[in-house]
Amino acid sequence: MSIWEYANPVKFMRTSGAVLPWVVTGAVIATVSGLVWGFLTPPDYRQGASVKIMFLHVPAAMMAINCWLMMLVASLIWIIRRHHVSALAAKAAAPIGAVMTVIALVTGAAWGQPTWGTWWEWDPRLTSFLVLLLFYLGYIALWEAVENPDSAADLTGILCLVGSVFALLSRYAALFWNQGLHQGSSLSVAPGERMDAIYRYPLYLCLAGFFLLFLSLLLIRTRTEIRIRRTAALQAREVRS
Amino acid sequence: MIELGKYAQPVLLAYGVSVTLLVLLIWQTVARNARARRDLAEQEGRRDAR
Repeated sequence: MSIWEYANPVKFMRTSGAVLPWVVTGAVIATVSGLVWGFLTPPDYRQGASVKIMFLHVPAAMMAINCWLMMLVASLIWIIRRHHVSALAAKAAAPIGAVMTVIALVTGAAWGQPTWGTWWEWDPRLTSFLVLLLFYLGYIALWEAVENPDSAADLTGILCLVGSVFALLSRYAALFWNQGLHQGSSLSVAPGERMDAIYRYPLYLCLAGFFLLFLSLLLIRTRTEIRIRRTAALQAREVRS
Repeated sequence: MIELGKYAQPVLLAYGVSVTLLVLLIWQTVARNARARRDLAEQEGRRDAR
């Protein structure tokens, strides 16, 4: 069996319909329990209770970047192999990524205020994240602006390739420039940098929860796009006959 | 009761905004999917009636 079989909308609808209840159940359990566990952790000796923001900020930021990279892969599949499901999956993912980016920016500002003494700084990672949000908004607007779905998929695919530079910059900005307020990796395993288990385990659970939440929303939204496309095709056929 | 001390405002702001945005995203996703499913069922019903 080939992976490309899932590019068939009928096969995709059948398979995604079967796995969706399990993914949604996992997303609800992991996200709710992870956030509650994170909220109940004791204050950090340096950051105090503001450390609780980490359980939202880190998963949201990781999903914001990884969502764009998923869109990049889906766009490349569309551009190279012309599979409609991949183009629709990229379209479906964009609003999720935009919301994750907004959450990362807002929680980052809320965390930065007590930690750095400012809500916002033109720091490399913060700035590249803001640009990533603008790319998300531009991507969504471009899909809405172009009437022909295949042309829209082509144009947004190109935009996605360009925006991937900023998605990668958002991930590695703190390392590239080695300046600004933002720290490097939150999940460092280097000796002396590893987070205490009391924070690490609820963070892992939140990361799993946000990933499953993203997957749930992506599957539902892709199914929606396939239904909208099918409805439009039937309407066009009705008009012609 | 969870003691947030001087960090109560930023912590509650972060959780409040994030949970609100996630709930809105989930609601919009489910509502749009339900509408698309209804529209497709109507369209298929019209096709089958012909």
